[in-house]
Formats: sequence, C-alpha cells, structure tokens
Amino acid sequence: MQKLQRFVLTKKNPIALISAILIIVAFTGKLAFKNVEIFTWSLIIASILGIAPIAIQAYQALRVKVVSIDVLVTIAVTGAFLISNYEEAAIVTFLFLFGAYLEQRTLNKTRSAIKELTEIAPQSALKQMENGEFEEVEVDEVDVGDILLVKTGAMIPVDGTVLTGEGHINEASITGESVPVSKKKDAQVYAGTILENGTIQIVADRVGEDTTFGKIIELVEEAQDSKSEAERFIDRFSKYYTPAVLVFAFFVWLFSRDIELAITILVLGCPGALVIGVPVSNVAGIGNGARHGVLLKGSEVIHDFSKVDAVIFDKTGTLTIGNPKVADTEFYTNDTEGVLAYLASVESESDHPLAKAVVEYIGDTEFYTVENTDVVKGGGIVAQVDGHRVVVGNVALMEQENIPLNEKVREDIARFEQKGNSLVLTAIDGELKVIMGIRDQIRPGVKEDLQKLKRLGVKNLIVLSGDNQGTVDLVANELGLTEAHGHMLPEDKAAYIADLQAKGQIVAFVGDGVNDSPSLALANIGIAMGSGTDVAIETSDVVLMNSDFSRLTHALGLTKATARNMRQNIVIAVGVVIILLSGLFFSDWVNMSIGMLAHEASILVVILNGMRLLGYKLR
Amino acid sequence: MKKATIQLEALACPSCMQKIESAVKSLEGVDKESVKVLFNSSKVKLDFDNEKLSIETIENAISILGYEVKKTQVKDL
Repeated sequence: MQKLQRFVLTKKNPIALISAILIIVAFTGKLAFKNVEIFTWSLIIASILGIAPIAIQAYQALRVKVVSIDVLVTIAVTGAFLISNYEEAAIVTFLFLFGAYLEQRTLNKTRSAIKELTEIAPQSALKQMENGEFEEVEVDEVDVGDILLVKTGAMIPVDGTVLTGEGHINEASITGESVPVSKKKDAQVYAGTILENGTIQIVADRVGEDTTFGKIIELVEEAQDSKSEAERFIDRFSKYYTPAVLVFAFFVWLFSRDIELAITILVLGCPGALVIGVPVSNVAGIGNGARHGVLLKGSEVIHDFSKVDAVIFDKTGTLTIGNPKVADTEFYTNDTEGVLAYLASVESESDHPLAKAVVEYIGDTEFYTVENTDVVKGGGIVAQVDGHRVVVGNVALMEQENIPLNEKVREDIARFEQKGNSLVLTAIDGELKVIMGIRDQIRPGVKEDLQKLKRLGVKNLIVLSGDNQGTVDLVANELGLTEAHGHMLPEDKAAYIADLQAKGQIVAFVGDGVNDSPSLALANIGIAMGSGTDVAIETSDVVLMNSDFSRLTHALGLTKATARNMRQNIVIAVGVVIILLSGLFFSDWVNMSIGMLAHEASILVVILNGMRLLGYKLR
Repeated sequence: MKKATIQLEALACPSCMQKIESAVKSLEGVDKESVKVLFNSSKVKLDFDNEKLSIETIENAISILGYEVKKTQVKDL
C-alpha cells in the first residue's frame, strides 16, 4: 500500500499530462461529434486519476494532524463528483497538478543563485593513503590531520596548513579579493579557494561544515529559511486559516444546502500565494546578494536594513584603505639621496605602520648597518648609522633631542597637519633634514557611493574614529558626511550607537569586524566589511565579502527592493482572495474552475515577481 | 545522540514542511526541539538518539510521505 502511494506520488507529472489529454478528448467529443458519452467518461477518468495523488497527500497530512490545501481540494472535487459535475472535478484537479508542476519549476529558478554557491563547494580530494600514495577520495572522507595533495588549477578541499611546496592561491570565494596570494610552508589555506600555480601538500585542520567556506554556505542556507515576525504570523495564520475555510464551507452547505456553493468556497479559500509569496522574495533577494558578495542573514535583517536611518562608519579600513602612504615631503637639504638612504635604513628595522609607509615610499636605495637603536615610546627611533646620529620621529621627539625647528619648519608642520597628515621628521647629527606627511587614502569611489546611500533614504552618515578630530573632520568634509567624531574608543562608539537608538533611529554600523565587535553586535544592523573571517561572519548581520565599498550600496538597494517585493506579493495574494470571494457573493462569474485558475495564476505571479530580484542591480 | 542533516528533493509547498516536521517529530528518540525543516534549501536537520532508532527509520518516515531522500549526513554531537 505504501509502495502504491509512493508510486502515485512520483507520477504526478505524467498524471497531469494524461488528465490534460483526457480533457481535450472530452471537449472534442462534445463539440465536434456531439458525443455526450465520450465527454462524460473521459472527464470521470480524468477526475479519478487526477484526484489520486492529491487525496494521498491529503490523507498523509491529516495523519500528522495538518489540514493542508490538498484536504480542501480533495473534499471539493469529491463534492463536485457527487453532484455529477465531472467537468469541474476534472479541470480543478488538472489545474492543481499542473500548477504544482509550474511552481516547482519556477521555485527552482529562484533558488538557483544559492544553489550555484553550494555547487562550487569542493567535491573530491587527493588523500595520502597508508602506503604513501595519493588517491582521489570524496571530500567527506577527509578527516582532520589527513595529508592532501593539491595540484595546479585544483580547488583546496579543506581548511588546512601548507606542509610542503608553494604556490599562488585565488581566495576570491572567501575574501572576494581576486588577486592571487602567495602561500608557503605553514601558511593557512582555505576550502573553496583555487591553487592557480604550483603544487602543495596540506594538513587538514578543519573539514566539511567547519571550514570557513562551509560556514558561509550554512549561513546563507539558514538565512534563506529564517523567518521574520511577519512570516511567522502568516505561518500561524495559515495553520488556522485552512481549517477555518473548511468549517465555513460546511456551515454554508448546512444552511444553504447548496453543495456547488460550498465546494467553490473550499477552492477559493486555498491560501497558496500568501504562504509562498514572502519566502520567495526572501530567497531571491538573499540569492542575489550571495552572487554579488553580500551575505544577508535572513529576512529580519532585510526588513530592518531596508528601514535604516543612520549609517555609522569606522574610519580606518572602512572609509579609508587602511594602508597609510607618504603624501607630502619637504626637504631642508640638497643631499636628498643620502638622507633617504639613512632614513630607510632606520625605518626598515621597525614594523610601525608609519615606518612601513616610509620604507615603501623610498623604495630601492642603499642600506647601511644600523647600530645602537633606541626606540622611544610614543616618539620614534634614535640610532647610529654610518657614524652619524639619526633621529626619526614626531615633533615631541625632536624637541626632546633639542633639534632646532625654525619659523619655516613650524609653518610646514602646521600646513602638513592641516591636511590630515601624521608627521615623520628626520634629523641627522642634530640638524633637521626632511619632514614627511603620511596619511591614509580615502577609498576610490566612496564619495559617490555615500551620495547613493543618501539618495536611497539614509538620513545620517556618521564617522566615528579613534583618530584626532582634525583628521576625522577632514575626511568628513571631503566625503560630505553629516557628523564626525574623533578620539573614540570602542566603548564610546557603542555608547554613541545606544544613544542614537534611544532617539528612535534604526542604526547600521559598518566596521571591519575585529575590534568593532561590540558596535557590530549592538547596532540594529552590524555590517562587517572586507573579510570573510569567522568573527565577522558570526557577529554581524550583513557580511560584505570584500573591501569594495559599492557592495554596501548594492546591499541597501537590494534589501529595499526585497522588502518592497514582499509587500507586493502580500497585496497580490490577499487581493486575489478578496476579488474572488466578492465575485462569488455579488456576481455569478466565479465558479470552481475559475477559482482554481486564479489561485494557480496568482501563485505563479508571486513567484515570477520574486524572481525579478535575482536580476536586481542598483542604478 | 547524533546530529543528522537530510537532503531532500526540492520542496515546493509550504505544507510539505508541516507534514515532514510532524512526521519526524512523532518518532520516538528524535529530539523534538532540534527538528528544523529548511524549505528553500530542502533540508531536514535534527538530533536523534541512535540507540532508540536508526537513521534509516527517519529517512523512511520522510520518504513514505513521497519526498525522495537524496543524501544523509550523520555526525556525533
């Protein structure tokens, strides 16, 4: 019996096709040959065939105490059969089956974006067996500690550590950054990234769902099925709605004794488009995001982000590149080459960000041995180079070392600081030789993207930074931000966010996900930018897969479009039910077949409407 | 206790979810709180006591309803 049930259920599509043929035969028989026998019998067979899978589904649903749509349709068709309305019975079952088929096809399309993501997951690996040879195995068979071989062009199957060999790896699937990274012994490699050249052996550290890539996939999968408050309401509603329709139809029959009317109500009452409309928008919106490097953690996030009032940015690494560069220099000597060589020699010993910027700026030069290096905390470095005393650091260090700074130098210093520079001064044997202004560059395109955010309806664009107020103001003026606050510690930022929220604003915080985790967690929408690290994925609501700022505008535009799409679908679904019911009670154009047709059509309309989101692009 | 992730053929109707959820929850040895049916990714996730029932019993309870089980992963908790 169970086997028969399963057989019938797997043959739904052929059954729909046979029903369609029988219905055509019936109407040809009636209209062309005036043959009522053919008409009636074809329709009876079509109804019985068609109702079989629906009735089985209804029975299974009732067994687990669920009054599903199948139950309504089964009762309606049985009713139509009893009053010998075979025409309605056959057409309704056919429409229901055919509608289910189309739903399945179109739903698969809306899910395609996320499927693409899961399908690029690594499938196989070359694992070292007991005899020392490498053999190809399913990725599921790799355990932590196994040694794997990865050849040029192959995908790294697990998160691991390089054991031998070296190569360049494209990590775009994790970081969004498509410039290959060089990896040698002891370097970390990630599942889902691609070895572009070289051959490496790795030790598996994390496998399957524990890998960073696995976590991203799991996050997106859970996100598309996570439910907002509105959706949970619809779910609860439909749980009671379907039985309510059944009871209502029963009472209509009881009082009017009109079976036709009662079964029509059953069909009209099907809640199809309402229950599917919102999830469809959700999955298509999240799918679009996943394709564009924007991970949205579920429909609640979409809802909140689409209504955001204020976006708060961390400065370094978010609005700016986070990689300071020498922007201005002023020499007080003619021997620039010699000074730069001494400076580079001293600075190459330090890993301070400013020192790195200086070394990078000077580039190729002669390097001298540096002796008696003395690092002055909060000041700079004093060292002996080639027999000369070299002092490199800020103004305070120069004063401490009694280096004379004349009027012209003081003016230059003031000018450099005004531009938002951090200063590095160099003195050799007690004489100032050069000052360098170093500043972080604003990311290209940020200004235009911020304008887009404003046009999308964000009222406040705020920067909070640990830097001095002057530097922060400068960035804010250049970018047209509404507010700028410097000297902010992580806890100050969090307090600032709480304050805005108390004023009733919905706040998004954009940060790098590492030192800003309190703010990311506290904000209504925490947006981690520029890295696919575990911390960022876990503490934030939205992850932007690389440092490309334009993804933020795409994310906001997308959530707004998705929220709008959900509302449209709810209106379509409720609208169809209202029109059909009023048609039934106040006119006579509505019957069971038209009701079923309108329902199936509205389901397809909401799915197609949701599918539009897959192609969404911000203009 | 074990944790199972069961991949099904694509689910099309939201009432399928209710059916699968109720069917799996009614099995003795399945942790009711842990049962999650993911509509869009067409997956069922649950924790179960492998001493009380086998994973095959769970798969069977789902496939009787007419939903094909494509792949099952069982992990220790």
